[in-house]
Amino acid sequence: MVHGRERNVEDLHLSNLTKMFGEVPAVDDLTLTIPAGSFFALLGASGCGKTTTLRMVAGLEDPTSGRISIGENDITSLRAFQRPVNTVFQSYALFPHLDIFENVAFGLRRRGIKNVEPAVNAMLELVELAPMARRKPTQLSGGQQQRVAVARALINEPDVLLLDEPLGALDLKLRRQMQIELKRIQTEVGTTFVHVTHDQEEAMTMADTIAVMNAGRIEQLGDPASIYELPKTVFVANFLGQSNLFAGTRMSSDSNMIEVMSNGIKFLVPVQRNSATGDEIIVGIRPEKMTVLDLYDGEKIPVGNNSFEGTVVDVSYAGVSTQYLITLPWAQNITVFEQNVIVGDRSSVGDRVLVHWAPEHTFGLAGGETLLATTAQAMAAGA
Amino acid sequence: MAAVLPSTKTTGVVVAQRKSRTGYFLLLPGMTWLAIFFAIPFVTLFLTSLQAPVEGQSGQYVPAFQISNYSDALLEYWPQFLRSFVYAGIATGFALLIAYPLAYFIAFKAGRWRALMLVLVIAPSFASFLLRTYAWKTILADEGFITSFFNFLNLLPDDRILNTGYAVVAGLTYNFLPFMILPLYAALEKIDPRLMEASNDLYASAFTTFRKVTWPLSLPGVVAGTLLTFIPAAGDYINAELLGSTQNRMIGNVIQTNFIEFRDYPTASALSFVLMAAILVLVFTYIRRAGTEDLV
Repeated sequence: MVHGRERNVEDLHLSNLTKMFGEVPAVDDLTLTIPAGSFFALLGASGCGKTTTLRMVAGLEDPTSGRISIGENDITSLRAFQRPVNTVFQSYALFPHLDIFENVAFGLRRRGIKNVEPAVNAMLELVELAPMARRKPTQLSGGQQQRVAVARALINEPDVLLLDEPLGALDLKLRRQMQIELKRIQTEVGTTFVHVTHDQEEAMTMADTIAVMNAGRIEQLGDPASIYELPKTVFVANFLGQSNLFAGTRMSSDSNMIEVMSNGIKFLVPVQRNSATGDEIIVGIRPEKMTVLDLYDGEKIPVGNNSFEGTVVDVSYAGVSTQYLITLPWAQNITVFEQNVIVGDRSSVGDRVLVHWAPEHTFGLAGGETLLATTAQAMAAGA
Repeated sequence: MAAVLPSTKTTGVVVAQRKSRTGYFLLLPGMTWLAIFFAIPFVTLFLTSLQAPVEGQSGQYVPAFQISNYSDALLEYWPQFLRSFVYAGIATGFALLIAYPLAYFIAFKAGRWRALMLVLVIAPSFASFLLRTYAWKTILADEGFITSFFNFLNLLPDDRILNTGYAVVAGLTYNFLPFMILPLYAALEKIDPRLMEASNDLYASAFTTFRKVTWPLSLPGVVAGTLLTFIPAAGDYINAELLGSTQNRMIGNVIQTNFIEFRDYPTASALSFVLMAAILVLVFTYIRRAGTEDLV
């Protein structure tokens, strides 16, 4: 609370929100509640509708149908300048003819507030830019401009702060720093932050809740860890981190485990971690949950673990971990990350190896989807 | 970096010097042109403006230092001076009023028609200036529909437009309109539409956004456009010649008649210099007031 005023923040509700561009729905019947005071990330590839959603909340785009409300207050028909919502634009959109002080004071002045100086100075203090007050935006670095954009929006004490790829224009190191900075500011002011990004790492670092969007719909919603550990769709499994997926068929199941047959190998999937309703099940496992063993170490595999044989085709040492690309007898390539905790004795290209993992890490997805199409999309978006 | 590596610094200076010499080289054609066709005539004109007439021989003058040429010219022709600036000022004002919305539309709303509209703005220039002004004679003729229309509304004090100040101002406005539109368009087109969205997001209505964001950011275009319109309009004589009467003569007409008809070269030259000086003073005051040096 920058100005010490007691804030009564309320939830942001999107109900059946749809936006058509011609015949194509950019946002498709989206219903979502963003809890007050949370740091919420809309994550998705470009063109998934996340920015359109944000612009509709800001009032810069009119929804084709549906409603937007903050608490009980329906803001759907309000114009952008009438909404208690402010935006941090992708390329900051700072006013080049005004200095930093006037940029930050802009919203207050428009609302007819006379003595803006204490508030502006306090806000510049918060983003650590007080000495820059009389500079023009072009005289600031990218990171500083970014902070001005945040200050200019936050000073109005919006019910919701919208951030449109706010760190996209910054280099990696500065981005990390700003992620922490934004998180600090959010904790300090307690405003609801809705953050749009295509960068899954950025979303996971900052957000309390992530909504993964694809083709105008929300694929999965939850806190970063639960989405990562238990993806519910192939898209999420591939977009948020990496996954190894094997299409198979349910053989048998008890109250605990489902047995899935894929490419002639039996996999165990915990019943609670299966989102498939039918018998076509895609078995999924994250690369870092798997262990690589030499062929003759077969007896080291714990009983009940999922396992198969393969041949190492690529090894890349990445400091923290070693990444193996392993080709399986049915010509599928999988990725395995191994923590570099053991000195020496790393498998090398051409080695025949055993790969195994505990069934508790396995997840089951509804079958019938292509395993790779979404990966390609996600990779294209990440590039 | 130069402080850490002195050798780099010296190399840098050499490169910079070579660069600046290349720069002067590029200036050469333009400078030569200006020297021959501007600087020399300028000096000649100035010397002419101080010449004294030869007694008994009209059109013959000898070098002198007759500063009274200036005061005489001003005393005799100050109404035409004043009229020139008033007409040019009004025409510039109208041009701005017409050009700004048009330029705004082309810059932000025209979409795929943008290129076509810009061509249409320039298209009239393909016909000669003189011809277009003659066309206005027809458009504003006493029997023409525009005059009839205004007469029907009883709006014309003299029952006509042609050969009045209205016609001259209309001609000036029309002829210099592209010089207003193009710089305005260039300035508006550079404005990032997201700035307007940001302003909208920060509680500014469409009108306030225009007042606080669009207009200030377009000021360089406004200044350039008004100067490019006002300066040639103030010195113009064709519009007053073709569309006005003897009551609407501008300083350009006076200079022209003094040169060509009266062969009073010193007076004509003196008037030219006064016009130049007056425009310079006006322009500098204007740029100061507009504060453009402070803009991006």
